[in-house]
Amino acid sequence: MHVILEQIINGLTIGSFYALIALGYSMVYGVLKLINFAHGDFFTLGSYLGYTVLVFGAAFMTAHFGLWGALIAALVFAGVSLAIVGLIVERVAYRPVYPAGRLPAVVSALGASIFLQNTIMVGWGPRFQAYPATLIPNVHIQLGSIHLTLLQIMILLLSFALMGTLYYIVQKTTFGAAIRATAHDRKTASLMGININKVILFVFTLGPALGAVTGIMVGMYYRQISFTMGWNYGLKAFTASVLGGIGNIPGAMLGGLILGVLEMLGAAYISAAWKDVFVFIILILVLIFRPTGILGEKTAEKV
Amino acid sequence: MELTPLNGIEKLASSRQLHIALATAAFLIYPFLVSDYFIDIAFYFGIYTLLGLSLNIVLGEVGLFDLGHAGFYAIGAYTTAILNTKFGIPILVLLPLSALAAAFFAYVVCSPVIHLQGDYLLIVTLGMGEIVRLALINNPFDLTGGPNGVFGIDFPSLGPWLVIDSSLEYYFLIWIIVGLTILGLTRLQDSRIGRAWNYIREDETAANANGIDSRSYKLLAFVLGAALAGVAGNVYASKLMCVSPESFTFWESCLMFCIVLIGGMGSIPGVILGAAFISLFPEIFRPFAMYRMLVFGSAMILMMMFRPGGVWPRKRGAVKYESLLEGTGRTDA
Amino acid sequence: MLEGRTHAAGDIVLETVGLTKIFGGLTAVNSIDLKVHKGEILSLIGPNGAGKTTVFNVVTGIYRPEFGQVFFRGERITGKKPHQIVSYGIARTFQNIRLFPDMTCRENVMAGRHCRSTSGLLSSIFRTPRQRAEEDMIRETTEKRLRQVKLWKSRDELAKNIPYGSQRMLEIARALASDPKLLVLDEPSSGLNPRETQDLMAFLRGIIHEEDLTILLIEHDMNMVMGISDWVVVMDGGRKIAEGIPEDIYADQRVIEAYLGKEDEDSTEYDIPAEH
Ligand SMILES: Nc1ncnc2c1ncn2[C@@H]1O[C@H](COP(=O)(O)OP(=O)(O)OP(=O)(O)O)[C@@H](O)[C@H]1O
Ligand SMILES: [Mg+2]
Repeated sequence: MHVILEQIINGLTIGSFYALIALGYSMVYGVLKLINFAHGDFFTLGSYLGYTVLVFGAAFMTAHFGLWGALIAALVFAGVSLAIVGLIVERVAYRPVYPAGRLPAVVSALGASIFLQNTIMVGWGPRFQAYPATLIPNVHIQLGSIHLTLLQIMILLLSFALMGTLYYIVQKTTFGAAIRATAHDRKTASLMGININKVILFVFTLGPALGAVTGIMVGMYYRQISFTMGWNYGLKAFTASVLGGIGNIPGAMLGGLILGVLEMLGAAYISAAWKDVFVFIILILVLIFRPTGILGEKTAEKV
Repeated sequence: MELTPLNGIEKLASSRQLHIALATAAFLIYPFLVSDYFIDIAFYFGIYTLLGLSLNIVLGEVGLFDLGHAGFYAIGAYTTAILNTKFGIPILVLLPLSALAAAFFAYVVCSPVIHLQGDYLLIVTLGMGEIVRLALINNPFDLTGGPNGVFGIDFPSLGPWLVIDSSLEYYFLIWIIVGLTILGLTRLQDSRIGRAWNYIREDETAANANGIDSRSYKLLAFVLGAALAGVAGNVYASKLMCVSPESFTFWESCLMFCIVLIGGMGSIPGVILGAAFISLFPEIFRPFAMYRMLVFGSAMILMMMFRPGGVWPRKRGAVKYESLLEGTGRTDA
Repeated sequence: MLEGRTHAAGDIVLETVGLTKIFGGLTAVNSIDLKVHKGEILSLIGPNGAGKTTVFNVVTGIYRPEFGQVFFRGERITGKKPHQIVSYGIARTFQNIRLFPDMTCRENVMAGRHCRSTSGLLSSIFRTPRQRAEEDMIRETTEKRLRQVKLWKSRDELAKNIPYGSQRMLEIARALASDPKLLVLDEPSSGLNPRETQDLMAFLRGIIHEEDLTILLIEHDMNMVMGISDWVVVMDGGRKIAEGIPEDIYADQRVIEAYLGKEDEDSTEYDIPAEH
């Protein structure tokens, strides 16, 4: 029993990574119907920026703000930087292409992804980088028969806090209603006086910022980062957002968490090597029987 | 209309036949002017053209978002690799077999999902492409050689008379296949099958209402596209003499997607240009070393900004159709 | 009020029995019985949201009815797929024109021939003599239909580039290209100017005269309904509320109420014919 619980908690940990990245895909998709292939690279870039702050700025910052201060500084710095990068990418790579339709935007997004990925490679080199190991005290916690680390608990807390905040903004505030309205029907939303540009601005700053924060958490959890990791995480996160119902914000969170748990359970009970296959098969099955994902609304075309 | 000599020459100069003749001549002469290295580059250009043509059927003609096309390519390549190394079946025999294997695979996996729309189909095909790649890495039944792949694949030969083992011969092999494929696809474009595909892309509901069974035609597109990708896999495997999962990543599927969109959806000359861009660009910009992929990424963005419909979109209505009824007394309008 | 139906003696081409279509909680079509006789023009009218288009969509196989049956020339076609229904001989147009916008007018009309031709993948690749003969047949019929709607000159233009009125006619030509027995038109005159509407009426009268054809149409333009229909069926709220010859329908109190009784409805849809 405790094995399954432990796997579920591990699954929730990586699931919350997927969920936070998936939010970025889903928000952009909801508003623009664009699959932002560069989003995985936002996540990578955030991870690298956090790495740089923690490795090179650590001595200075720990001296002034303490360990936690340094960590917060890294998160904030990476988050803000990526919000800016997200905006720039939107302006340069996507905005000029929107009018031409959705498919050119896919190519443009892939182009942006290649560009970002190779910028990271040029900037930090093609080799793996190692996150500092001693950042967070390696405390192990025993909850009954379940074994957890302090880092894991912090990751879960931070992720759920972020998701909770976003959930609150989207579901309970007026601006959130504007975002949902835009995702539901952009044309009508803009006719109703919703400022679409503001919504676009929001999703292109918040999404990458969340990605960057996740990048740092992933770096601390796995200790190793590479310039190509955005592809893998991006793919999984995108899958998660489709699983939950792309364009749907609670759906992205749910999809991410489910994906993480499935992956860990698959690894434990089926086979570690086949876990991703297992995940994709589940995804395909879900889509066959619920073509718009778990929480996605069914849209019947009127003829 | 009177055909003056000058008029005739102009007509010839602008005609498709002339373009095709010039292109063919260039392809025949090219390999005799350059070193093997450049012949090989042109070989990979050919492979990408074939892959682009195969995805173009699904994505360009029917408008189905397929981001897992590398999976079909992989099935073709591994069919060839496994059957050749394990059972010694000749490569040329495996060429149609690989096509069949990929086509069969496409039929089986696409049947249950073919009703999915737009981005949902995209993610499902993407998932299938990944499943194929991951399965190859996991070495099921000890067949695929895991991450290292399969080695020691033969070259194509027909007894002692036809042996394809030099860069030059591979170059001709792939481009002859590409040429035949183009011929076939051009004819399809101008047939009821090709039109049906386009109707579905333009408006599926209207297509159905006009008697097109969109489900079958979509499946047909996948099956045919997969078969061609399988052929590409066969030639690629024998040229490289080994195959490994690395050659069939999601990235490869993305490249094919870009070939079709950069060229122009449903445009055969467009596919050739798109394939040229994807395969030649990194070679040409090799001196830029680390920065070349930065340039590559930016070029993709710029291209979509300035030519969102592709570099060479298909021009419809360019060929003027003459009347069949005029002079038959049946033109009442 | 069934008297006066000119074609009542003719065979029944289309018949629906108790046709019902429900969307969620909304019964868009509620036990509709329709009989369309051979050679007539039957107009289906009713205020917005009455369920007219939904009847068409069920008849042409786009929706599957919850209850009821559809018979075409005596054969049950309920629940058949749209592409099958075309080959039975029912062709339709859409309320919001649905052409293939980036294809030429010629190619658009050729679509109608699809169900009347059979060439497959291999014969198309190898251009067999049979396939070529069939392509010629397709081209001939296409030309005939394009000339019929006076669009032969625009054959090589993209459908999206021709004027709105021509697009409507092109859609009709496409439907006619399948040589249907029953032509189903959803508001063919909407968006047309009075002149174009007149031409359309003349055109429809012409083809029904010349060909073995029956027409079922939805119309809002009362001039057209009165001028062209042999029989009129009125729907409101998913139900059939009246049917009869145009003159009777025009005077029917229930019909007037259905249109004018509701303040919130857009009553301008009910154009009172000038002379009547
Ligand atoms: N696909 C659908 N899903 C849900 N409701 C639908 C669908 N199609 C139609 N309806 C509803 O069914 C009712 C009847 O619609 P329908 O389009 O048949 O009306 P109509 O008589 O053609 O009206 P109009 O004159 O405006 O074209 C309407 O309330 C409409 O909103
Ligand atoms: Mg209607």
